[in-house]
Amino acid sequence: MSENLPEAHGASHGTDVATHGDPFADPGLPAHEPRRTDIDERAAKRAERQVSLLFVVSMLATVGFIASYASIDADKIVYIFPLGHVSALNFALGMTLGVALFCIGAGAVHWARTLMSDHELPAERHPIEADDDVRNDVIEQFKTGAAESAFGRRKMIRNTLIGSMALVPLSGVVLLRDLGPLPEKKLLHTGWVEATANKPIKLVNMNTDQPMKPEDIVQGSLTFAKPEGLEESAEDFQQKIAKDALMLIRIAPEDIKDTKSRDKGFEGILAYSKICTHVGCPISLYEQQTHHALCPCHQSTFDLADGARVIFGPAGHPLPQLKITTDEQGFLVATGDFDEPVGPSYWERPR
Amino acid sequence: MSSASGTNSASKPASTRAKPANKAEAAVDWVDGRLGLYSLAKANLRKIFPDHWSFMLGEICLYSFIIIILTGVYLTLFFKPSMAETVYHGTYLPLNGIKMSEAYASTVNISFEVRGGLLIRQIHHWAALVFVAAMFVHMMRVFFTGAFRKPREINWLFGFLLLCLGFFDGFFGYSLPDDLLSGTGIRFMEGAILAVPIVGTYIQMFLFGGEFPGTDIIPRFFTIHVLLIPGIMLGLLVAHLILVFYHKHTQWAGPGKTEKNVVGMPLMPVYMAKAGGFFFLVFGIIAAMSAIATINPVWAYGPYRPDQVSTDAQPDWYMGFAEGLIRFMPGWEISVWGGHTLNLGVFIPLMIFPLVLVAIAVWPFIESWVTGDKREHHILDRPRNAPVRTAFGAAWIALYLVLLVGGGNDLFATHLHMSINTITYAVRVGFFVVPVLTFIVTKRWCLGLQRRDKEKVLHGRESGIIKRLPHGEFVEVHTPLAQKDLHTLTAHEQPQPLELPAETDENGVARKAGVITKTRVKLSEGFYGEGNQIAKPTTEEYHEITSGHGHH
Repeated sequence: MSENLPEAHGASHGTDVATHGDPFADPGLPAHEPRRTDIDERAAKRAERQVSLLFVVSMLATVGFIASYASIDADKIVYIFPLGHVSALNFALGMTLGVALFCIGAGAVHWARTLMSDHELPAERHPIEADDDVRNDVIEQFKTGAAESAFGRRKMIRNTLIGSMALVPLSGVVLLRDLGPLPEKKLLHTGWVEATANKPIKLVNMNTDQPMKPEDIVQGSLTFAKPEGLEESAEDFQQKIAKDALMLIRIAPEDIKDTKSRDKGFEGILAYSKICTHVGCPISLYEQQTHHALCPCHQSTFDLADGARVIFGPAGHPLPQLKITTDEQGFLVATGDFDEPVGPSYWERPR
Repeated sequence: MSSASGTNSASKPASTRAKPANKAEAAVDWVDGRLGLYSLAKANLRKIFPDHWSFMLGEICLYSFIIIILTGVYLTLFFKPSMAETVYHGTYLPLNGIKMSEAYASTVNISFEVRGGLLIRQIHHWAALVFVAAMFVHMMRVFFTGAFRKPREINWLFGFLLLCLGFFDGFFGYSLPDDLLSGTGIRFMEGAILAVPIVGTYIQMFLFGGEFPGTDIIPRFFTIHVLLIPGIMLGLLVAHLILVFYHKHTQWAGPGKTEKNVVGMPLMPVYMAKAGGFFFLVFGIIAAMSAIATINPVWAYGPYRPDQVSTDAQPDWYMGFAEGLIRFMPGWEISVWGGHTLNLGVFIPLMIFPLVLVAIAVWPFIESWVTGDKREHHILDRPRNAPVRTAFGAAWIALYLVLLVGGGNDLFATHLHMSINTITYAVRVGFFVVPVLTFIVTKRWCLGLQRRDKEKVLHGRESGIIKRLPHGEFVEVHTPLAQKDLHTLTAHEQPQPLELPAETDENGVARKAGVITKTRVKLSEGFYGEGNQIAKPTTEEYHEITSGHGHH
């Protein structure tokens, strides 16, 4: 401590100190310089009034908050430049609350800065580490305790205790088992699995709920479809649509580069899973000229004219394609499931 | 019994304490008799706090956390964490008659029908963003000034855990309204979980209670978001603050400040007023921000459906670096062990994410191992005086920013009219190149600043006065620095790099340094070796220059 005190360095009289002794030595705490409010009572009075004014404004703002809550309708929309159309209640409540809180804070800080003492004081630090006596004493006490418990001597007790402590958390892990079912083959198939050659399932337009004929699908268009019978009101609609959703595109057959893909389609109409093979976002951005489909989440880009091959982005494999045809009435149908699981890949996914 | 009580009353005076002067003192005396208040307050009432604006950053974290808890409790009173389907019939007409979950419907209700509900939702979300941002900046302050060094390494870990938990709690909270954007975020999480080898599908089934999305995920997230994580965070936060109190604040080098003292103003009254007032300032500003700037307008996105998505699907910014990792990664998918799929395109980013975080967590231990420094440190380093540490931190921030660009590549593409592919390729290169370049540039910059400090100490400050010498030469007069400035600029330590032990021991027997020792010496050389720090001016140098010869 003492080497920090000014007298230890022959005090600090300006810059000439540097010429004798250690020029880099610590000159010690500088002398306190009074603020204006410390020496001018009028300035102090003014600061006092400013602090009080801030607190009064806060009180008024709280009254304004309560008045706004009671008098402004929740659905009232007003135009406020430059914010545009905003909820009047939200704006009034937020601004009054903001002012009420801010002024308390500003008042307190102003008070501390102008009127409370600003004398800097040193406080001593003590090392965090205990000194050797304390350390040795504690270790001795611990050894006594340990010896009295005979923990080290009675090995059988020690080992069985460790064993029981190691095993008991397993109960907690086991209890988590009923959080959910086992994966089994659930991710392998979609709702289209129920379609067979004898009992095909119609493709239904996602927006109109109507079955579709090939002539309904214009070349270069993108249509979203679901299996017939999957109603929005169904209990498990969300879970089903997460796998069953289709996108239908129609490409001039001669533009389809992948023959296997062409054969799965019908007259150039191709049905791909709408679920991205990266992490499962629905793909919905389609470029008519290039036949590229882009996932808006992570920009995986698929060439729908080439078997939905990945041409850019983080997806690891092409979009699964559903084989489609028409039934006797001429509606687009599927006669089976996708050849592979839809959506993001996983460990058990066959490759 | 009666005789016993009689004996007690006979030997009555139990306390020799003077009578309290007033009612308030009497009340405090009462509490002291039960809780030992005076002993508790003795050390703390006039506890000294050093003053520096950067010490407010931690306070912002604390206050925004309190605001989040206050507003969060309010929101739980109105929010229904249920995925049961309902049809909306409320005052927000565009959604009328639309099927949605109770979670989404109640969020819309809070926004449009509960008076003040929208404001509280906005304050909750804004405060969460401020909380994470403040934790980031607070952590940078601690890192760049070396405030994490002994005895504060454990508190660094507490802070690090708070930051990680903050990320995740933010993500869970963001997911709760079950709107189209947040549902997409949960879907992303599901895909990431499925990419985990061997156990991925099991974790997915157990977490979601079946296939995606199921009906359990929102209620489960709700419990995690409002109970599990905040509970842990509250515990960590209290421990963090107790340690701050126990260690006392760090301080900058300066006149009168040493490793053995702390210089500042007392808790009561100055810091009670300043810190207490600052809580209201933070709360007031967040409230005003929430009144002015709409955040997360879930009613505009619509309810979640797994087959629908909006463009610019974006997480909150603090998750942007994870999003960047996943976006720039090429789609590598390989087949292993006959028929099993390993989705490296998702799994690698999933692993880099925690590795980057762990690298930050263990830094204090790496640094003390390299330096071999086992002493306590309470005086802060100026970032320039620890060039390698500063360069490392800057490289980390640069990496973070590169990943943020990657995570928002769609926004950059639309706003800057650039090809999204180009941006992604640039991020792929930038991931490896930018941190290295930043490291090199920052280190050189720090060394330059050290040289300038040295120059200033030896030659003084430029005064702006031009003098003409008798023989016609013009010189600028330099004013010597005051001793307090000389001290401040030379107060820092300059550790020397470790050296390899002699090749033979004292008996002349050959002794080989192990790989670990060699690595340590190499790293130490990289930290403090030649070219990694500028030697401080010495007293001799100073005297030689200021003794008159060529003094200008």
